[in-house]
Amino acid sequence: MKPAEIQIALKEELHRIAPDIEVTEIDPAADLREEFDIDSIDFLTLVTALGKRFDLAMPEADYAHMGTFNDLLTYLVGSLHK
Amino acid sequence: MSDFLMPSLGADMEAGTLVEWLKEPGETVKRGDIVAVVETQKGAIEIEIFENGVLESYLVEIGNKVPVGTPLAIIRGKDATIEEAKPERKAEAAKTAEAAAPQPPECVEKAPDAPAKSSKTPRIEGERLRITPAARRLAAQSGISLEMLSNASNDIISLSDVEERIGGTVASEKFSMRDAIAAAMSRSKREIPHYYLSHTTDISVAVNFVAETNKNRAPEERLLLGALYLKAVAKALSKYPEFNGHFTDNVYHESSAVHAGMAINIRGGGLVAPAIHDTESRDLNELMTAMRDLIIRVRAGRFRARELSDATITITSLGDRGVDQLFGIIYPPQVAIIGIGTPARRPWVHDGILVPREVATLTLAADHRVSDGHRGALFLRAIDKQLQSPEAL
Repeated sequence: MKPAEIQIALKEELHRIAPDIEVTEIDPAADLREEFDIDSIDFLTLVTALGKRFDLAMPEADYAHMGTFNDLLTYLVGSLHK
Repeated sequence: MSDFLMPSLGADMEAGTLVEWLKEPGETVKRGDIVAVVETQKGAIEIEIFENGVLESYLVEIGNKVPVGTPLAIIRGKDATIEEAKPERKAEAAKTAEAAAPQPPECVEKAPDAPAKSSKTPRIEGERLRITPAARRLAAQSGISLEMLSNASNDIISLSDVEERIGGTVASEKFSMRDAIAAAMSRSKREIPHYYLSHTTDISVAVNFVAETNKNRAPEERLLLGALYLKAVAKALSKYPEFNGHFTDNVYHESSAVHAGMAINIRGGGLVAPAIHDTESRDLNELMTAMRDLIIRVRAGRFRARELSDATITITSLGDRGVDQLFGIIYPPQVAIIGIGTPARRPWVHDGILVPREVATLTLAADHRVSDGHRGALFLRAIDKQLQSPEAL
């Protein structure tokens, strides 16, 4: 899967959880939860959806690498191209 | 023969607008079926039925705003024994319906196997329409049917989609969610003599338990601290029943079951605290499933009437992006609300040594008509104690 496709998929999943926030309007380098106003259960819902979609384990120990939109995208691209 | 009534929708709502029938006259209904959907200030509420039978006829038409307690439909009991119809209640229904309700149809016994098909009943087939709560409210207030908004791409319908449809002229209209909250909280502050207690505690054991449990779990099976809070409060309540129940008509009615209302922030503004039924008898995994299910439905702006009226205590957690503590306002007719502040790493004396620990502040706002601070303090300590043995929750 190309990084551009992964980015589209990530945007789709974020839109599902935070439909009122446009991905184009957020700062991709800022705290993801702040930017999308998502709490821990929303974040778990996001991780669950991404894990299923990409067949990734998304362990809790890796949450530190999912702090911003850019981080999460990098994490997904890296995990899928291992 | 019995009436299917508009149920209570919690302390802050007195009426709802019927927007959807999910069963048609002649259809068999059984206990637990969702029969109708009403639009309220807090979103779409699904109305369940609590008996088995056959839906005989509608008493209220789509689009009408009806007060709590109004008969919505006639249900013929399963045993098909013909009881006396209750004309006085139907007359009352017609009288109380706010909009010009149609005359209730005459209660004529039909052959049980003659289903009356009504093609006029708006009904969304297949998957539910995906629409944000704010958009749903605006659509309902503006008299736009949800069918008009459904789009081929199956995208989530947002507020701007609805505004576009209306022509952007209603941008200044206030949503009434705020009115609903204001009404309930004003009543609470007017009627309930609150007292407040606060207790800061080390929750490192609980935090570590969650991390350890989740280590080898797939995301869909992971726990959150919120589930531990719910269960810890529910277990602590077994010895402190004066915090779990309803105060109505100057009498406190304690509840044997704990239906913990979980305060959930609504995107775009507002708050609901629907009940997780029988919290005390569910394990942590079951509570997680219930929490996830509830949050998904609240985010979609759709939950059940009994979830709004049954809660016996409210638990509000600030999550991991909040502040140290909150001072709750009791949601009537409940008599207590537990607040849980954002856990933070703080210096703490643990086993005689100053070390960094995960610390959180629990608060209680309770009703002085039912309990006193002494018992409240013991109750907060009991919750703390439960959180120190998470494996036993």
